[in-house]
Amino acid sequence: MAERTQRQKPTGDRENDVVQDAAPATSESGEKLKTEIDDLLDEIDEVLETNAEDFVKSYVQKGGQ
Amino acid sequence: MAIRKVCGIETEYGIVVRGADNNPVTASSLLINAYVNATSKKIGWDFEDETPANDARGFNLHDVFPPDVESSLVNAVLPNGARYYVDHAHPEIALPEVTDALDVVRWDRAADEIIRESMTHANRILGDGAEVVVYKNNSDGKGNSYGCHENYLMSRETPFGRIASHITPHFVTRQIFCGAGKVGCEEPNRHPEDVPFQLSQRADFFEEEIGLETTLKRPIVNTRDEPHCDPQKYRRLHVIVGDANMSEVATYLKVGTTLIVLAMIEDDQVGDDLLLASPVSAIRQVSHDPTLDTTVRMRDGRRATALDVQWGLLELARKYEQTHGLDSVGAEVGADVLVRWEQVLEGLERDPASVGHWVDWVAKQRLVDGFRERHDLAPGSPKLKAIDLQYHDLRAERCLARRVGLDTLVSDADVASAMTEPPSTTRAYFRGRCLQKFPDDIVAANWDSMVFDVGRDPLRRVPMMEPLRGTADHVGSLIDECDTAAELLERLGQ
Repeated sequence: MAERTQRQKPTGDRENDVVQDAAPATSESGEKLKTEIDDLLDEIDEVLETNAEDFVKSYVQKGGQ
Repeated sequence: MAIRKVCGIETEYGIVVRGADNNPVTASSLLINAYVNATSKKIGWDFEDETPANDARGFNLHDVFPPDVESSLVNAVLPNGARYYVDHAHPEIALPEVTDALDVVRWDRAADEIIRESMTHANRILGDGAEVVVYKNNSDGKGNSYGCHENYLMSRETPFGRIASHITPHFVTRQIFCGAGKVGCEEPNRHPEDVPFQLSQRADFFEEEIGLETTLKRPIVNTRDEPHCDPQKYRRLHVIVGDANMSEVATYLKVGTTLIVLAMIEDDQVGDDLLLASPVSAIRQVSHDPTLDTTVRMRDGRRATALDVQWGLLELARKYEQTHGLDSVGAEVGADVLVRWEQVLEGLERDPASVGHWVDWVAKQRLVDGFRERHDLAPGSPKLKAIDLQYHDLRAERCLARRVGLDTLVSDADVASAMTEPPSTTRAYFRGRCLQKFPDDIVAANWDSMVFDVGRDPLRRVPMMEPLRGTADHVGSLIDECDTAAELLERLGQ
């Protein structure tokens, strides 16, 4: 477990490597990400069920497995 | 050595009818019949070998446990080898058997496309502006849940007790990357707003560590012992604890990591270090904390986060790859799963937002939080729950999951062909090819046999007790060469 505990707290160097290798999303600027989210939220305003309360209330399923 | 894994997923979808009678059984039947009638000859399912009341711990509950197979309802087998049927008031698709996680993703996406096409055909029949809408989720937000079950072929020689204890830590903690996300809480005796957002659709519904039930008092490890193949050699681990995923990478990781952990268990390479003290409370604690900081108590008294447990499993899997190889789960796909498993854990550890293109709960949470801030909504607003539900709406124009930038693994062309073509690496190939080529001669089919009527008495049942026989390599050219089902049966020695 000692090994594992170390592993989940990587050194600064390792973390930097990881940022470049594994997560293209974080290489985008925060500004671009925010624009993306804004565009997405604009879309949701358009496609979300018009009467959310009725929609949620009427979404009732029989229990399954 | 671990046996070559065969696997698949069965998904019960949520269903709603608008503008007409909202009876889920009728609607599910309409959906399936509309698709089958429009696309192929309807061939029924054969219930001869179904034994859902057999328990892996060595007994059967037929007398006290009603069979949950409702044979009177619509049941069809498709030319891609899948089963499409009505189960417990839900449409359900059980994918054809495949041999790696990437093929699960391919046929799972094909199943979603089959549902989309079914909606189109059903709406044409309904007319008058009425429509049937299908959701790929696992809860209605009101305490009713329906499942997305995984199935994994395992050796009968592996003791069930070892499987149950060593897979549980994975089942409790894998939700950090394969949870589909949920607005609100459905844990009995708690208020929905006690948990504004959680990782998993299903965690609130698990009340036991191990058991046979699937609809009440659901267990983290299900003991249904119904292998659908040679019971002397194999068992089928029936996994009911997972969420249905919209993200392809989440499905890939859910199945891919589980395949590797199960192979390790068969080779007894997991050990007791990662056992949890209280898996049932742990699965909820983990689900209820999107910061991932919560620690749960281990059996040896330590406390660990879900990430700690996952890092521990990944480390074992890395060693296992070195010592045993990953041929049993598909070497190439298995190696890729290990790479992505590490990437997703690193991303979750650093900042969950960095894996929003892979992880459903992260993508959904971003929508829910962004929308709440933009419109200054209180937690508990129905609009937030509407976003949750609509994330899983399978209508292309309404589906929010299609808009959040999720990575894909399978091309649209491969998905389209998987709607009608069976996988080539399992007995599903034989099932699917026979259904394509000899539909008029097949009376019924199920997982481990097919029944032919070639005009002479009696009907002839072809057993398929070996999931890895009947592949394209074994029978592809044979089926190509036979002009009739009678000729095929003759050459098979039937």
